[in-house]
Amino acid sequence: MLSLRLLCNRNVKVCSERLLIKGGRIVNDDQSFYADIYMEDGVIKQIGDNLIVPGGVKTIEADGKMVIPGGIDIHTHLQMPFRGTSTVDDFSQGTKAALAGGTTMIVDHVIPEPGSSLVEAFERWREWADEKACCDYSLHVDITHWNDSIKQEVLSLIKEKGVNSFQVYMAYKDLYQMSNSELYEIFTFLGEHGGIAQVHAENGEIIAEEQNRMLEMGITGPEGHVLSRPEELEAEAVFRAVTIGSQTNCPLYVTRVMSKSAADIISQARKKGNVVFGEPVTASLGTDGTHYWSKNWAKAASFVTSPPLSPDPTTPDYLNTLLASGDLSVVGSAHCTFSVAQKAIGKDDFTQIPEGVNGAEERMSVIWDKAVVTGKMDENMFVAVTSTNAAKILNLYPRKGRIAVGSDSDLVIWDTDATRTITAKTHHSAAEYNVFEGMELRGAPMLVVCQGKIVLEDGNLHATAGTGRFIPCSPYPDFAYKRVKARKQLAILKAVPRGMYDGPVSEFSPMSRGGTPSASTRTSPTKAPARNLYQSGFTLSGPEEAPIRPAGRRIVVPPGGRSNITSLS
Amino acid sequence: LVLSQGEQTICTCTSDRLLIKGAKIVNDDQSFCADIYMEDGLIKQIGENLIVPGGVKTIDAHGRMVMPGGIDVHTRFQMPDRGMTAADDFYQGTRAALAGGTTMIIDHVVPEPGMTLISAFNQWREWADSKACCDYSLHVDITEWHKGVLEEMEALVKDHGVNSFLVYLAYKDVFQLTDSQIYEVFSVIRDLGAIAQVHAENGDIIVEEQRRILELGITGPEGHVLSRPEELEAEAVNRSVTVANQTNCPLYITKVMSKSAADVIAQARKKGTVVYGEPITASLGTDGSHYWSKNWAKAATYVTSPPLSPDPTTPDYLNSLLSCGDLQVTGSAHCTFNTAQRAVGKDDFTLIPEGTNGTEERMSIIWDKCVVTGKMDENQFVAVTSTNAAKIFNLYPRKGRIAVGSDADLVLWDPELTKIISAKSHNLAVEYNIFEGTEVRGSPLVVISQGKIVLEDGNLHTTEGSGRYVTRKPFPDYVYKRIKARSRLAELRGVPRGLYDGPVCEVSVTPKAMTPASSAKTSPAKQPDQPVRNLHQSGFSLSGAQIDDNIPRRNTQRIVAPPGGRTNITSLG
Repeated sequence: MLSLRLLCNRNVKVCSERLLIKGGRIVNDDQSFYADIYMEDGVIKQIGDNLIVPGGVKTIEADGKMVIPGGIDIHTHLQMPFRGTSTVDDFSQGTKAALAGGTTMIVDHVIPEPGSSLVEAFERWREWADEKACCDYSLHVDITHWNDSIKQEVLSLIKEKGVNSFQVYMAYKDLYQMSNSELYEIFTFLGEHGGIAQVHAENGEIIAEEQNRMLEMGITGPEGHVLSRPEELEAEAVFRAVTIGSQTNCPLYVTRVMSKSAADIISQARKKGNVVFGEPVTASLGTDGTHYWSKNWAKAASFVTSPPLSPDPTTPDYLNTLLASGDLSVVGSAHCTFSVAQKAIGKDDFTQIPEGVNGAEERMSVIWDKAVVTGKMDENMFVAVTSTNAAKILNLYPRKGRIAVGSDSDLVIWDTDATRTITAKTHHSAAEYNVFEGMELRGAPMLVVCQGKIVLEDGNLHATAGTGRFIPCSPYPDFAYKRVKARKQLAILKAVPRGMYDGPVSEFSPMSRGGTPSASTRTSPTKAPARNLYQSGFTLSGPEEAPIRPAGRRIVVPPGGRSNITSLS
Repeated sequence: LVLSQGEQTICTCTSDRLLIKGAKIVNDDQSFCADIYMEDGLIKQIGENLIVPGGVKTIDAHGRMVMPGGIDVHTRFQMPDRGMTAADDFYQGTRAALAGGTTMIIDHVVPEPGMTLISAFNQWREWADSKACCDYSLHVDITEWHKGVLEEMEALVKDHGVNSFLVYLAYKDVFQLTDSQIYEVFSVIRDLGAIAQVHAENGDIIVEEQRRILELGITGPEGHVLSRPEELEAEAVNRSVTVANQTNCPLYITKVMSKSAADVIAQARKKGTVVYGEPITASLGTDGSHYWSKNWAKAATYVTSPPLSPDPTTPDYLNSLLSCGDLQVTGSAHCTFNTAQRAVGKDDFTLIPEGTNGTEERMSIIWDKCVVTGKMDENQFVAVTSTNAAKIFNLYPRKGRIAVGSDADLVLWDPELTKIISAKSHNLAVEYNIFEGTEVRGSPLVVISQGKIVLEDGNLHTTEGSGRYVTRKPFPDYVYKRIKARSRLAELRGVPRGLYDGPVCEVSVTPKAMTPASSAKTSPAKQPDQPVRNLHQSGFSLSGAQIDDNIPRRNTQRIVAPPGGRTNITSLG
C-alpha cells in the first residue's frame, strides 16, 4: 500500500526533466568511481560510461569533481510553534537554507502539545510542509505524553502514515518529560512495532533543581543555561536511555549529542552490543559553549539550545573523531532558529529563552572542514554520516542516500576547494545571528540537484516552495531491526521446573516492605495477556491462575507429611 | 578520642588486663613485631619488653598476625519485614560476627514510611543495647522525604552520632525516592557533613520487569534475578554518581553486586568523584547461578537485592577491584530469613523477603579469595575489612587501627586454618548458608572485643548487651577534606552585562519547552526565609538582579523601544 502511494506521489509531482552529469566521480558510502549519471523523472536511470541518452538533454560537465548523494538532515525544527509565535525559518526558508548547503532532504520533528492528538499534530505539520517545503521531507513524531489512546495513535502513524521514529523527552520536567516507567512502556511498544526510539537525553529533574539554584544565586543570563545543564546530566540520561533500550530490546537513537561524556556513553554501549545510534548536530561539531559568556546578550542567547553546547573547547574535535570512527552514526542540524526579539523573552531569566540554533545550511561544510580536510574521515565516510546512514535508519535506503540506478535523483556536486566564510549577512536563514559567525569553511556544494532538477547553480538558488514531497518511512528498518529480531528469538525466558514448595510458611502482614509490591494499581497500556503465549509444559510452583494471595498465612504442614524438597542437600 | 557519652558504663571491662606477646602487628600501612598491652578496653602500650602489672593474662601469639578487629559496615540484624523479623537478632548476629573476627558492626535503621527517623533510631538503639555482644553504630535509611525528615536528620547528626544516611533508588512506591528528592537529600547530607549511601537499582524498570516475568509464568526465585538485571544496578549507580557530583556530596554505594556497577564506580573515581563502593561477602564469595537450583528453599536463600550476578566470573572481578582500591570497604549486608519466612514468596518471587548471610564469613572469604590468591597483601586486607570503614565513618583511629589509645578490638589471625562453611556449624539461626561447602583458608584464632577475649580455642564467650553504641561525628576528614576544597572552588558567577534593551517578542501565556523555574513543589531543602541571594551576590550589576525580583514577571511583554533610542548592545558583532 505504501509503495503504491509513493508511485502516485511521484507521478503527480515530477515533470519530465532530464539531466546528464558527465565526467563526475561518484562517491557513495562504500566506494568512489568515475561514471556519467543520467536522470529522468526525478529518478536515476543510468550510470556508466558512454550512456545512450535522448537528444537535447541538459548536460552538466563535472570535470572529475565529486558527485555525492544529497545530504539528509535528520533533525530539523522548521516553523516550530512557540507560545503563539513560531521559529523564524519556516519550511520554505529552512529547506532553502538546507538546499543551499547541499542537503536535499530534511526530517522534521512534530511536537504535539501535551494532551493533544499525535495524528492531528502530524497532519498539521504535513499541511505546513506540503505547502512550503522546497525539498523532500519526512517527519519524526515526538511523544509528549503517554496513555492508551496515544498508543493507538502511534500504531496508526506507523502503519498508515509513514512514521517510523518517535522522540521522547527525559528533560522538560512537568511538560514533556517522561518517567522511567513510561519510557519503558514506550520503548517496549516501539520495539514490538518496528519503530525507532529517539530520546532527548538530559536529566530534567536535576536540571530543574539546578535552574532554581542558579536563579537564586542571581545568575539570570544565558550562561545560567549551560551552568544549570552540565554535561554530566546529558551523559546520565543517555546511560539511562541505553539501559532501558537494552532492557526492552528497542533500537535507540540519541538526538543531539552535545558533549564528550554523552558520546562516550554511546560508544561504550555500542561496544557492549547495544543497538544505539548517536546524532551529533552541526553546532556540537562546529562550535562550543564558551559563547554563553559573551557580553553581548543577544549573541550569547543565540547559542541557547538543549542539551547546551559544551564549554569545553575540545568537544567539537572529539565528537568529529567519534563520528569518523563510527561510534556516532549520523549528523542532524537541530535547526531551530529564533529572532533576537524572540530570544529576548528570556532577557531576565535564562529559563525563558527559546531554545535552538541554526545549522541546516552549514551542516555539510562543517563536517567536510572539520573531519575530511583534517584527515579524520574519507569522502565515503562523509557520505555515510551526512546521508546514507540516515537513509538506512529511516528505512529509505537505497531510494535516498545512494547514487544508484533507481534511486531518487537528489545529488550534489561537491567542490572540495571552495572556501566560504559563514556570516549572518549572507546566510539563507532568517535569523539575525549565526552560531558559526566568521568561521571559514573549506568544501561547499557547487551544484545541487533535487528531484532531478537543478536547484543550486553558480551560487544561485532556484527552489520552489511546495515542491517537496512527504516521504513515508516504513517500520522495521533492516539497519536496526535485523539485530533486534535475532535477539528477540534468543531472549525467551524459562522458569525452573520445581516441585511445589510444601514446607512451613511464616505468617506475615500485608504491610509491604522489601519486595516491591507487584500488584501496582497503575494501569499499564503495554500489559498484554502474555502468559498463554509463552507458557511451557513444565509444572510451576504457582500454577493456580488468578493468584489472589491471602495477606496472612499460617504455617501449615500438609496432610500426609512433607515431601523432601525443602531439606538441606 | 573519647568514649561515647556512656549510657553504657565501662565498669564491665575495667578489670580486664591483657597482654599479647610476640605478635606481628598488621595495620593497613605496615606490619611489625611487638607486644600489645591492653587495659580497660583500650590499647595502653605497644612495644617490646613492656612493663606491665603482674598477674596479667598473657596470650602468646608465636609470631602470628594480630590485626584490628573487622568492622562490618552493613548489617540488618533483627530487621522487621511485614510483621516478620530477620532470623538473626542483634545477639545472634553479633555473635556470628565475633566468631568470624568482626568486632564492630554498623546496622541499618529502616523506618517504615510514616514512622519518624528518631523513633525508629531509638527503637534500634533499644534492641541493640539489650542484645549486641560487640560495639555497634547505626546508619539511618531515608525512606521518605519531607521537611520533618530534614530536621530529624539534623538532630541525628548533632545529638545522636549518626553520620550516614541511606537512600533507595529501588522499591518503588515503598522506599524509592525521585531524582529531585535525591538531589535535595544529598544537598542536606553535604551541609550536615554526612555520607550519602545509596541502594542503587532502577526501581521503576524493576517493577515493569517483575510484571513481565510474572506474566511469563515465572514465579520462582530465578524470576528475582531475571527481573533485576545488572544493567539496572549500573544505571542507578551512574545516576547517583551524577547527582552526587552535582551536589558535591560524598557518595557511598552499598552492596556492589555486579561487574557493571563496579565498573561505573571505578570510572567515576578516575574522573574524580568522591565515591566509595561496598561489595559484600555474598558478591565476593558466590554467584547467582543458585537461583536456578531445583531446591526452592535453597534458591530462595540467595534472594537479595541487587541480586547476585549469574555471571560466575563476578566474584573474582570484584575481588580484583577491591584489591586495587577501586572498591574500598566490605560489608556483609547480613539479613537472614529462615525457610518458612522465605516461603511467604513461594508462589511469587516478589514477596520473598530479601537478604543473605555473610557477617561470620566475611573476613575468611576475603582472605581466601584475595590474600591467598595474591591479589592483596595482609595490609590491604586490614584496610578493606576494617581501616577504610573506620576512616569513612569517622571512627579512625579509635577503630580500625592497632595503636596506643585505640580500642582493644583485635584479632589473632591464623592464615593456615582451613574450614568448610556449612549451615550445620555456623553461628546463625537459619537453615541455609549461601556459602555451603565452600572451603576457606584463614580464620580468627583469638578475638578480643573491648579488651576481653570472646573467641578462644573455637569457643565463643560473648555477653549479651555488652556492645556499646559508638557515636560518629560528621565531616570525616577522609571524605570531607576534598569536598570542602571543592565547595570553595565551585562558586559560580554571572556575566556582567548591560541591560538588554532591544525588542522583545510578544508571547502567549502557555509555558514553553522549559522547566518552570518556580516549581510549586514544597521542598524541605529550600527554606524560603533563607536570604540566599545576599550571601552570594557580588558587586557587578546583573541584568536580572533587580529590586522587584520577587514580583512575578508578566507573562506577556510588548516590543518596546526605550525613549531616547537604543544602546548598541544587541547589534551584530
